[in-house]
Formats: sequence, C-alpha cells, structure tokens
Amino acid sequence: MLEIKNLHAKVENKFILNGINLNIKPGEIHAIMGKNGSGKSTLSNIITGKDGYEITQGDIKYKNESITEWNPEKRSLHGIFMSFQYPVVMPGVNNTYFLKAALNAKRKYNGQKELDAARFLKIIKEKLQDLKMDSSYLQRAVNDGFSGGEKKRNEILQMLTLEPSLSILDETDSGLDIDALKIISDGVNRYKSPDRSFLIITHYQRLLEYIEPDIVHVLIDGEIVKSGDKKLALKLEEKGYGWLEK
Amino acid sequence: MSNEQQIIESNLNKDYEYGFVTDIESETLPPGLNENVIRTISKKKDEPRWLLDWRLKSLKRWKKMKKPGWGKISYPEINYQSISYFSEPKKKQLSSLDEVDPQLLETYNKLGIPLDEQKMLNGIAVDAVFDSVSVATTFKDELKKAGVVFCSFSDAVKNYPKLIQKYLGTVIPSSDNYFAALNSAVFTDGSFVYIPKGVRCPMELSTYFRINEAKTGQFERTLIIADEGSHVSYLEGCTAPMRDENQLHAAVVELVAHKDATIKYSTVQNWYPGDPKTGKGGIYNFVTKRGTCLGQNSRISWTQVETGSAITWKYPSCILKGDNSVGEFYSVAVTNNFQQADTGTKMIHIGKNTKSTIISKGISAGKGQQTYRGEVKIMKNAENSRNFSQCDSILIGDKCGAHTFPYIEVKNPTAKMEHEATTSNIGEDQLFYCSQRGISIDDAVSMIVNGFCKEVFNELPMEFAVEATKLMEVTLEGSVG
Repeated sequence: MLEIKNLHAKVENKFILNGINLNIKPGEIHAIMGKNGSGKSTLSNIITGKDGYEITQGDIKYKNESITEWNPEKRSLHGIFMSFQYPVVMPGVNNTYFLKAALNAKRKYNGQKELDAARFLKIIKEKLQDLKMDSSYLQRAVNDGFSGGEKKRNEILQMLTLEPSLSILDETDSGLDIDALKIISDGVNRYKSPDRSFLIITHYQRLLEYIEPDIVHVLIDGEIVKSGDKKLALKLEEKGYGWLEK
Repeated sequence: MSNEQQIIESNLNKDYEYGFVTDIESETLPPGLNENVIRTISKKKDEPRWLLDWRLKSLKRWKKMKKPGWGKISYPEINYQSISYFSEPKKKQLSSLDEVDPQLLETYNKLGIPLDEQKMLNGIAVDAVFDSVSVATTFKDELKKAGVVFCSFSDAVKNYPKLIQKYLGTVIPSSDNYFAALNSAVFTDGSFVYIPKGVRCPMELSTYFRINEAKTGQFERTLIIADEGSHVSYLEGCTAPMRDENQLHAAVVELVAHKDATIKYSTVQNWYPGDPKTGKGGIYNFVTKRGTCLGQNSRISWTQVETGSAITWKYPSCILKGDNSVGEFYSVAVTNNFQQADTGTKMIHIGKNTKSTIISKGISAGKGQQTYRGEVKIMKNAENSRNFSQCDSILIGDKCGAHTFPYIEVKNPTAKMEHEATTSNIGEDQLFYCSQRGISIDDAVSMIVNGFCKEVFNELPMEFAVEATKLMEVTLEGSVG
C-alpha cells in the first residue's frame, strides 16, 4: 500500500527526515511513536503532499506508483487520508456542505455519479450514529467552536465518509477523554479491512490499547531506530525513549 | 504545482461573461456638458419647468465644486466634456413586451433576466434601464392593484409630479457632493417607487442597469418612498459590456421611510472591472445612496455585493431621524486584479433609541486595493442609541491591500458603540485541509470566501444570494496560486 524508501527531507534548509524506510501492506496497521520534534508530523505532511517540504532523496510509493510529484488533492482523490492533529476551522462553511463537496469530488474523480443532498444525508446520518455524534453538528461550521474531542470525531467522520485506502491518524488521541477515545477507536476498528491500511502517529501507547497495531516503529531524529510488534509500545511506555537514543 | 498554474492561466484568459455589445440603433447626444445639453435632455423628456431649473442650478453648483480627494483610489482625470450625456434606443417607450426590439430582449436574456412571465413566478417585477431609457416595466398591473407605484423616473415626473417635487433631493441635496451634483444636472432616467400607507409590496421589485452605448455615462436616479407602515424590498443588479475606455456611472439613490415603514435595498453590482492583465477600461462607479428613516420605528436596510467596476466609490447611508428607527448596512466587496474600491457607510443617529448595524466584508485578490470607510455619528439628542460595527477583510495573495477607516463621533453619553475588525489571509492551512479532502483549490477558495460572506449573503433575497455566490466564484477563480 505505502512504500517509503530512504526518504530524506528538509524544511527551510533543516533536515527533518534522515532516511526513512517504511513498508505498509494492505490491511496492516502501523504505529509510529516518537517524542516531539522527532519528525512524526513532517512524515505525515510529506505523505499527504503539504507545501514547504523538500524531498532531497528517496521515494514514496502508494499502490506501486511514485506520488512525490502529485498535489495533495490528487493524493486524496486516490485514497490517502489524514486525520489532522489540529483540524482547521473554516468559519461560515457548513459541515454538511464541506463533507458533501469532498465526497462528490471523489465520486466525480472515480467516474461515479455525484450524490444529491437527500442520499448524502442518509449516508451521513448512519455514520454520525456510529460515532455517537449529534445531528445538530451538521448545521455547524467546519470545526468552528468545536471542542477538542468534537474536532477529532469530525476527522474520523470524514474518514468514514470518504472511505480512503490509507488513513494516517496524526495524534488523533491527543486531547481526547477516555470515552471519546473509545468511540473513535471503535469507529476505526469497524472500518478496518484487508484492503485498508493505517498509519497511526502517537506519543503514547494508550491509543494502541484500543487500536491494535501490527508493527510499531520508533522515530528519533528523523530516523526509524527500532521496529517491533505491539510489545514495543508497552516497553516505550515503561522505559521512555532514552534507551534508544544514541 | 503546474496544474494550478494552468488553472490560473485559463482563468486569466477568461472573458468578462457579460462583455457583449448590443447592436441597436440609438440616438446619442454628441459629447459635451453645458446648459444647452441640459436643456436638450429636459426637453426630450418633456419635463416641467421646475425640474429644468433644478437641473440648471445643480449644473451651476457642480461647476464650482471639486472632485473629492479623500478616497483611497487613483484614476486619471475624467474629461466631462468627452462624455455623451444621453443615449436612447431609437424605437422606444412601448407599452407591451411584444413591441420591444427583439435584440434588446435578447440582451436581457443573455444577462439572464428574461422580461417575461417567468419573473412573475419568481415574484419579481422588473424595471430595466437600458442605457438611459426605461424600456419596459412589467407587472405594473398587479402592483397597481396593491396601490404600489413602480415606474421609470421619467414616467413618475409626468404622472406623479407632486411626489417627485416633494421628495426629489430631500435626502441627497444636489449640493451634497461632486457626483451627486453632476447626477442632479444630467440624470436621464431611473426608477421611482411609492408604497402607500400600510401596504406590504406583494413582490420584490427589481431593476437591472446595463451600460451599452460607448462613451455614455449612466446617470440614473432612484427614489423610493415608503409611506407609514409599508414594506418594500428592492433589488438592483448591474452589468456593463466590455470596453477599452472607462465609462462613468454616477447614480443617486434616495430612500424615504415614514413611520413604521421598512425599506430593504439590495444591490449586486457586476460592472465590467477592466482588463484583468492591464487594468485598461472598466466602469468608474461613483454612487451616492442614502436613506432617511423619517418616522418612528422605521427601518432601512442596505445590502450590497460589489464584485465589478474598475473603481467603486459608494457609501449607502442612513439618517436615523425617527425615534426607535433602525439602519443596517451589509456589504461584501471584492477587488481582484486592478480593481479599487473605497466603500462603506454612514449612520447618523438623530432620534432617540436609534440602532444601527454595520457588517462589512472585504475580499482583496490580485493587485486589488480595498478600503472600508465608515462613519457613525451619534447626535446630541440621540439618547440610548446603539451601533454595532464589524469590518472583516480577507487577503488572497501578497500584492493586494485592505484598509479600514472607521470614524466615530459621539455627542451623547448614553450611546453604546461596538466596533470589531479583523484582517486575515486565506490560510494555507485552510487550503491544505480542503485539498487533503480532495477539494480543488478554486472550490476551496470559493467555499472559504462564501463562508466568510455568509452573514451578508443571508440578508439577500434567495435568488440574489445564489447569483452573488456564483459571481464570487467567477470573480475569484484562479486567484490563488
């Protein structure tokens, strides 16, 4: 699904990623753990194509195609989704409208008929229930006045609606209380399937108790210094990152 | 990002959608401005003596005045002697649509304003001003039943001379400013509305202005009188063909709301903004609009969406004379490429418990420059008056500008004033968020901008709101690279 080879990248002349290798197969859940400033968010921004990063070496392949020249829109339309660490507020832009525009952009790109308002609402209401969200949320402006938990649920709602093949969850657990964490994890677990992959970026192993990863990677100074199974996450929780640092 | 570059290129090359010229024989006065021209206009319109005198007096005043220099706009000196002050289609003043020149009707169709029964379904009566003469007025009969007068200004001068004489120039005297004086001297036509006591106008009244003839200025005049307890909603839409030379538009709109009356005046202005690459051509839009809330509990509400014109200079204002009267100003102005806009409002609180609201949304892109200029004045006797002002600007790109000049003068200590202002860029974060969800840059910009303008669009009648949203899309397409 996602194959990253020897990826080096810099922001404003500072190297953030120093040779990342990552291979996520269909149906796999990978977790990347690391301290602040280790390059976690840079990695997710580069995979989704955000401006301002320069790839100096290496390649990113998604479904066997190099995507480094693709713009963010194209990457999204091909099924790469990111749940933002800090979801962006869009004042005055109705949530329903936003979601519908996103879904229809994708349907159009895939040669499917665009959904009308009625059919869209039917789909969206089911997903709302799955995430235990109130339907009044649909009338609100995108992330405007949302609590931290509401914002993160909104991200997952978007994921469930857009049905991506690769979902990157960038610190989705930060700022969530335990109930919200459970609801979101349930949503993700239901969405799991053999042809969908996840890259979960987190500080803590807490989220990984609910969403079980196949492989855990430890990112330090822009390099993956260790990979292992879920036990690695527990060890990190116990010992911190110090023992892995050079 | 070569893809985005392409979008920008294709949009830069996009023609002004309404830039066609209608080939109709018209009678046009030779360029020039002097007493004889005024006499000719007045004679052609068969006007009474008092009106001619008023025009001549205005001309004299205008000659002594200087163009206002305080606006944050720059443009070459206008040569008023090179402008023709009157143009009319040759076959004119017809009573039914069947008699209207088919080419003219075609023009309206291109503008998307069919002057036919469809409008009735939409509940809109249209008075269309094509160059300077009002061509056809629809739904007169139905309005007549309600006692509403809605006709061309010329007709009103003939049929309701007393009302015209009583109100003309009472809200905006001809000496008010340079452009109002010019208009008072040379105005050719416009619309007149009278809503009798207690009548709620059964449909939205609508006027479409369009400048066709080369080198003609358009100087229309609108006068709306809402008698006690009446209610009217008036819509004005403007387009103009594409021309290299600048064309001058200097209109005057006067509103009078008596006791318990409400006037809602909405404008969607889409005059030709000039060549997007060179800034050549385009309309100079110097407009004076003002309403007086004469009686108690009266209300005047201005809503404007200004997307066109090379230069926009207008300040729809309210004089709140009557106790408990309410003035409102909702504005969205867009300046892209070489457009300049200096716009805002004045709220003059004279009566007790008067209330005013100002919501101004400015959007600048390209090399566009935009200024909000607003004045709130609380007079000595205006006990417990309140004003709320909110001026927000969005900048798209780094070559445009937004400026805010609020003037506040309070002479009564019981007044409550609130002023909020924000300026923001369309955030890269917002655009990235949208594109991460598969939404194109153009759609994202239009979504963000429409969200930004929502409070104002909500004030527009449904049909206009849809049009305004579309206009914003066209105006701002490709503005982000």
